[in-house]
Amino acid sequence: MSDTIIKVEGLGKQYRLGQIGTGALSHDINRAWHLLRGKEDPYLKVGEVNDRTMKGGSDLVWALKDINFDVKRGEAIGIIGKNGAGKSTLLKILSQITSPTVGEIKVKGRIAALLEVGTGFHPELTGRENIFLNGAILGMTKAEIRRKLDEIIAFSGVEKYVDTPAKRYSSGMMVRLGFAVAAHLEPEILIVDEVLAVGDAEFQKKAIGKMKEVSEAGERTVLFVSHNMASVKSLCSKGIVLSNGSISFSGGVDESVNAYLKDGNDEGMTEYKVLSDDRSAVSAEVEVVSVGIKAHGKEYGDSMRMDEELELTVTYNKKKKGFRLDSTIQVKDNSGNYLFVCTTASADAETNENAEGLMENKLLLPKNFFNADTFYINLLMVIDERAVAVKLNDVLSFTIMNKQLKIGAWMGKGVAPLKPDFKWEITKK
Amino acid sequence: MNGTTDKDEFDLIIKPRQSMLSIDFKGLWRYRDLLMLFVKRDFVATYKQTVLGPLWFLIQPILTTVTFYIIGSIANIPTDGIPPVLFYMAGIILWNYYADCLTKTSETFTANAAIFGKVYFPRLIVPVSIVVSNFVRFSIQFVLFLAFWLYFYFFKGAVLHMNTVALLFPVLLLLMAGHGLAMGIIISSLTTKYRDLKFLVTFGVQLLMYATPVIYPLSSVSDKYKGLMLLNPMASIIECFKYGFLGVGFFSPAYLLYSLISLILILFIGVVLFNKIEKSFMDTI
Ligand SMILES: Nc1ncnc2c1ncn2[C@@H]1O[C@H](COP(=O)(O)OP(=O)(O)OP(=O)(O)O)[C@@H](O)[C@H]1O
Ligand SMILES: [Mg+2]
Repeated sequence: MSDTIIKVEGLGKQYRLGQIGTGALSHDINRAWHLLRGKEDPYLKVGEVNDRTMKGGSDLVWALKDINFDVKRGEAIGIIGKNGAGKSTLLKILSQITSPTVGEIKVKGRIAALLEVGTGFHPELTGRENIFLNGAILGMTKAEIRRKLDEIIAFSGVEKYVDTPAKRYSSGMMVRLGFAVAAHLEPEILIVDEVLAVGDAEFQKKAIGKMKEVSEAGERTVLFVSHNMASVKSLCSKGIVLSNGSISFSGGVDESVNAYLKDGNDEGMTEYKVLSDDRSAVSAEVEVVSVGIKAHGKEYGDSMRMDEELELTVTYNKKKKGFRLDSTIQVKDNSGNYLFVCTTASADAETNENAEGLMENKLLLPKNFFNADTFYINLLMVIDERAVAVKLNDVLSFTIMNKQLKIGAWMGKGVAPLKPDFKWEITKK
Repeated sequence: MNGTTDKDEFDLIIKPRQSMLSIDFKGLWRYRDLLMLFVKRDFVATYKQTVLGPLWFLIQPILTTVTFYIIGSIANIPTDGIPPVLFYMAGIILWNYYADCLTKTSETFTANAAIFGKVYFPRLIVPVSIVVSNFVRFSIQFVLFLAFWLYFYFFKGAVLHMNTVALLFPVLLLLMAGHGLAMGIIISSLTTKYRDLKFLVTFGVQLLMYATPVIYPLSSVSDKYKGLMLLNPMASIIECFKYGFLGVGFFSPAYLLYSLISLILILFIGVVLFNKIEKSFMDTI
């Protein structure tokens, strides 16, 4: 039966930007006291006044606006869009973590949202105890968990450690255990937000496989957010493209992925300046300021040719000393397949750890390396070669042109996205 | 299938702002297993981190009692003719239950921000689970109190007029738990906006203890301040407990009724605030 299981009508979500209160009673009193005497707000950041006027005096933004769609039972829908398009916001509203500003969603059946794996794990509890706790947080009853306990433990692959406190687990084991619990939820609607970005390749494969199995059985409805077009394509049959908080395309998954990639292509994001209110680029340790790519000796936005050397620059603010901070870029092709990664991890360790303040990392990409095509770049800021502090997916996109400098001159697409100019030795025998 | 019957089948409607007053009892009931697991987590986590483990539940009130015993005998604080150890212990275990409910629930949002940002369950589960786990603690301490009571009654020949007012004990417990919970959720909602309030809570609760007849009897307070003191709903609850179990104290149904009415009022404010913050909290952290 193809009946409607989720109905979203006129949904919108407004966020307030900037400071909402100062977070301290004394500050608020102080601020009120200043304003009362007609003085300037002592907690207003320098430059904020200008910013406000630029934004038209409004500090409210619509993260989602006028969203309408229906989901039928058993459908697997991929939600795609650039950073800040509103994907997570949509899922958070669906899973009731935050409420909408306008509009309405009607839902049939139980929703389980997987915005993170292993939510609520307590380090002092054993694996087994954590399975129960995490399961209950996700909405399972004790009886349900008990029934599936053996299956969950087997799926996680950490049998030997189930009676060990979770604090002795490696982070990978935690993820496995967390996903094992989530995979055995039996909601009518499963909502998944990029949780697969963690874990090793084997685990990702297993996880995708499990979700596929679940949705292909036809009983379960899946809403899946990912920046990995390959997994979206393999898992989903339909797609919704969000851009700037509105639906810019919806339809079959292939058309949606194409629409999304084309959308990025038109603009060609060769320089990305992080806005002061963008939280995704900020962590306790680092704040990304801008990322850009251009041909050597040219300006951002100028064309890039195959036979030009490229310069990729990451500017960021390292807030503290005493840890290693590496920039990693992941380069993807037009369909979202990863081509290669490139990290500063090989660079000098000592200067990196002692560095603090505004930093710039520049990567030189050789000429005659990319084929004429469009590419996407993810940026990761990694702490001590372990933890990802900031991850900006599809932060840049750029198109490399053929040597002739005219797009139309060379018809058709190259068979491969890379065309490095490795050395041939040609001799006559 | 036509539109009208279709509409009735939806079992969840997500709308901008639900009523500020509603308590989602159905949801709380559905997540009762989670509530008990939170209680269990609190226990396991506390005793796994300490050497003496659950013994702390007993050591703590004993140490406090000893402290007040020493202070009391130096400062010559009257205990209405009751053995001081018993008198202090009665006050302390009751007050601790109230104070722990209050301080722990006041951290609901700040301590659980990470979980709240990732999963939905009725948020009220957290404060309620705190009240329950403190109740378990209280029960253990209450058994300790009864042991002391029997010891003093049979071996020390203390005059302890236990009477029928002691039957009100469950009511007193509910009132106390309710007041702790209600104040706690009010403060938890306010701390989301004013972080520094957190530091005032422990201090405030300590001060409040000295303004409540916990370690001194109400009878030792001059008439001028007695009325003022009884404005604190905890005062008559603690006095009533002492009256029932020790035979000394102030027992007044009218003031208990006052405690109940003030509880309803504070709980009302608490639930409204809590519901409001529950909806907006995730957007503001
Ligand atoms: N709590 C908040 N307060 C203010 N603005 C917010 C808040 N949460 C999100 N936003 C803003 O809402 C917009 C949408 O954010 P959202 O997290 O939904 O994006 P996304 O599509 O999930 O992006 P990503 O691909 O990076 O995960 C962004 O502009 C973001 O800055
Ligand atoms: Mg997101």
